[in-house]
Amino acid sequence: MDAFLHQIFSGLANGCIYGSIALALVMIYQATHHLNFAQGEMATFSTFIAWALIQKGLPYWVAFSVTFGISFAAGLVIQRVILRPVEKAPVLTNVNVFIGLLLIFNACSGWFFDHTVKAFPSPFAQEGLLKTQFFSAHEFGSFLVMLTVLLALYAFFRFTPIGLAMRAAAQNPESARLVGIRVSWMLAVGWGLAAAIGAVAGMMVAPVVFLDPNMMSGILLYGFAAALLGGVDNPWGAVIGGLIVGVLENLLGAYVIGTELKLTVALVLIVGTLTLMPAGLFGKHVVTRV
Amino acid sequence: MSSGLLEVKDLHAAYGATQVLHGIDFGLQGGRITAILGANGAGKTTTLRAICQMVRTSGSALFDGQQLVGRPTEEVVRLGVAHVPDGRGTFTALSVDENLRLGAHVRRDRDRVAQDIEKMYSRFPRLGERRHQQAGTLSGGEQQMLAISRALMLRPKLLLLDEPSFGLAPKIVAEIFRILRSINTDDGVSMLLVEQNAQLALELADRAYLLETGRVALSGSSRDLMADESVRRTYLGV
Repeated sequence: MDAFLHQIFSGLANGCIYGSIALALVMIYQATHHLNFAQGEMATFSTFIAWALIQKGLPYWVAFSVTFGISFAAGLVIQRVILRPVEKAPVLTNVNVFIGLLLIFNACSGWFFDHTVKAFPSPFAQEGLLKTQFFSAHEFGSFLVMLTVLLALYAFFRFTPIGLAMRAAAQNPESARLVGIRVSWMLAVGWGLAAAIGAVAGMMVAPVVFLDPNMMSGILLYGFAAALLGGVDNPWGAVIGGLIVGVLENLLGAYVIGTELKLTVALVLIVGTLTLMPAGLFGKHVVTRV
Repeated sequence: MSSGLLEVKDLHAAYGATQVLHGIDFGLQGGRITAILGANGAGKTTTLRAICQMVRTSGSALFDGQQLVGRPTEEVVRLGVAHVPDGRGTFTALSVDENLRLGAHVRRDRDRVAQDIEKMYSRFPRLGERRHQQAGTLSGGEQQMLAISRALMLRPKLLLLDEPSFGLAPKIVAEIFRILRSINTDDGVSMLLVEQNAQLALELADRAYLLETGRVALSGSSRDLMADESVRRTYLGV
């Protein structure tokens, strides 16, 4: 029984990370109706920056904060410089840009930090306060970090004028312009936030899966599964989808299909959701009168 | 006409290859209400969209001495031009309160914004009762009131109104036009009103322009236009 509960809790810890990546995807999707395929590689690159800063001798949480800031700024700049010119371009153009970004970030990670697998430190002491019966210290710690990020994000969108403006811009860009909102900048801030969330997820997952340029490729698949399962236009759905995917993946991996086939769970969920329930669990069913 | 708040000269506008406005000229004095009348497809809505740069335009539109043509929509708004758009532009998933706060997005005087929101609720008590309700659940008339209030939250110098009577019951229309009149006289907000309902528009406006297929066919004071035989026959149905 204990082992079973442990699988569930550790699934929730992973689920938080999947949920955060899903949330980053959904944030950009809501505003632009595009899925950023480069989200995972951007997060990997951010994690490498954190690794380099820690290697330079910076304390963990300082490196964490600096990486968060750099990732936000980089996300913002990428939207302004690379995506703004294709804002009105067809979907396929955007998909190409995303895949291009994916390859660029993947290659840059390898080029700047080489391809060897690196250990990434966890800020949570092995035998510290956070270690409980069902969670390892790092699992519980990363769970708390992701929860903090989610709550902070919720507060940002709910209670700040710029958060409100971003929701308005995503929902009705034309009306948003008519009240003076600089819609294009709101997209850029959204990109910044998504990149920063991705960076946090990367730093939380790296101690578990180890750091290499392809670290996030699997995680991104779980993120996609989470976003689609939760409903790709619903931020809460993304988070809940992440938790479901995390637990499901762990339980199936431990008891049913074995760890080798874990990633298949994500792919089956993606295909299954899209064919049986395209709006996801909590998504909006859009009906258009023609 | 030289000291007009808005001076439009040779304004052209097009959607893709389709030219809709073929060089129109008109003006608006500060503090006044001007109406633009015309049949469906004459270019009334496009004229408002051209002023706000929501459509490809050329020519000149001076607002308070500043050129609007070539400026992004959000920067036109920041000069003090509020637009109550065709279809009302409601942020349907947000609350009434949030819709109004968005109207004041560019303002920096946060404490006065809260006061202004209360002012809107006293002007439109039905909105006050529904302040925490999702705006998409409001009736058409309430959404029109919300659109006007949201525009006023900017404290605009010029209010552009696109068919505020559209799809509403006569009683609600009368209420809305009564309030528009009071906004003009009490707060001194200038208005450019686009209407299909010529009777209503001419009663509210000081001056009117008649558009026909993207050109100004006739202009004059509301009184003169109301007396004009062709206007009476075509647009007033009397």
